Amino acid sequence: MSKTLIAVLCVGSTIGVSIALAQRADTRRSGYQDMSKSVQSMQDDDTANPAMLWVRDGAALWTRRVGAADKACADCHGGVESMADVAARYPAFDAGLGRPVDLEQRINLCRRDHQQAEALAGESRDLLALTAYVARQSRGKPIAPSDDPRLRPSIDAGAALFKQRQGQLNLSCAQCHDDNDSRKLGSATIPQGHPTAYPIYRLEWQGLGSLKRRLRNCLVGMRAEPYAYDSPEYVQLELFLMQRARGMPLESPGVRP
Amino acid sequence: MGNALINVPGTVKRGEAFEIKALISHPMETGFRAGTNGTLIPRNIIQRFTCTYNGVEVFNLVLSPAIAANPFIAFFTVATESGKLVLRWTGDDGFSAEETAPITVTS
Repeated sequence: MSKTLIAVLCVGSTIGVSIALAQRADTRRSGYQDMSKSVQSMQDDDTANPAMLWVRDGAALWTRRVGAADKACADCHGGVESMADVAARYPAFDAGLGRPVDLEQRINLCRRDHQQAEALAGESRDLLALTAYVARQSRGKPIAPSDDPRLRPSIDAGAALFKQRQGQLNLSCAQCHDDNDSRKLGSATIPQGHPTAYPIYRLEWQGLGSLKRRLRNCLVGMRAEPYAYDSPEYVQLELFLMQRARGMPLESPGVRP
Repeated sequence: MGNALINVPGTVKRGEAFEIKALISHPMETGFRAGTNGTLIPRNIIQRFTCTYNGVEVFNLVLSPAIAANPFIAFFTVATESGKLVLRWTGDDGFSAEETAPITVTS
């Protein structure tokens, strides 16, 4: 009797320990946590967060009819509330193209197929505004990437790219963001590189930018040749980074130094 | 033509300081930068920001080319009677933007 009780107690405490370990094991940090108080409060206050200027533009674009079909986003999707969770689960697989697409590419696919309008240029104000407006609807939601098995090859490719040394400095993403995060690169703290707040208003840019722009920044910093704007590598990396950040709350649109 | 976000309390206590926050979309091009063809990009900045309350100026600011894009301006003031707050930005190339907010004063 007492032996059974002890065994039960042991099992109980093992579960307790493993839960505690699981909690302690999550050492992931959003770049937000490494920012100064003033930049944090800039992000938190919607009337001080400059990215909200783009969100406001996005709200206007959402209801503006464009293209040969003379349709607005709202004509198909209704209120923007229907976009809740979208930014938290993208990139998603597009059956028509047979490859994963990110949120910006999805917006342009909608423009092409449903609005019969010209695609918006990458990093253009209108594309960033619509992306920010859609992403804003997922703020505070945990990142929940899709379990679509068709994404698997691209996620694996992204994971390989993350560990791939490249450029004249012969660095991989992982060497900074996995092995040396929270340490200093010059005066800047190296973040873990979680895509929790895109599109971001970066003070250095004095403007809003996508994850793609940030990745290109890193590649240039490694003295590697950035991939072409429409190349699949960015989506592959984003897919891997979203898996890596699974469960972390989305802050979009964020502010970063 | 401006795109501004303002944060002004709707009601304030008579004589008590309150904060006004204003953020506006603007490139604040310095005039010192060269474009890809080597020629200078013309200066395009907001030159002046004023805040009037019931027609009386309570705050003004002269902006310089060193101020970053999308300037955020925050300041405190007091109100003794209800009225209308007018925020106005003017700058190069005939830039002009205006936002208004009503304020109710309670005792």
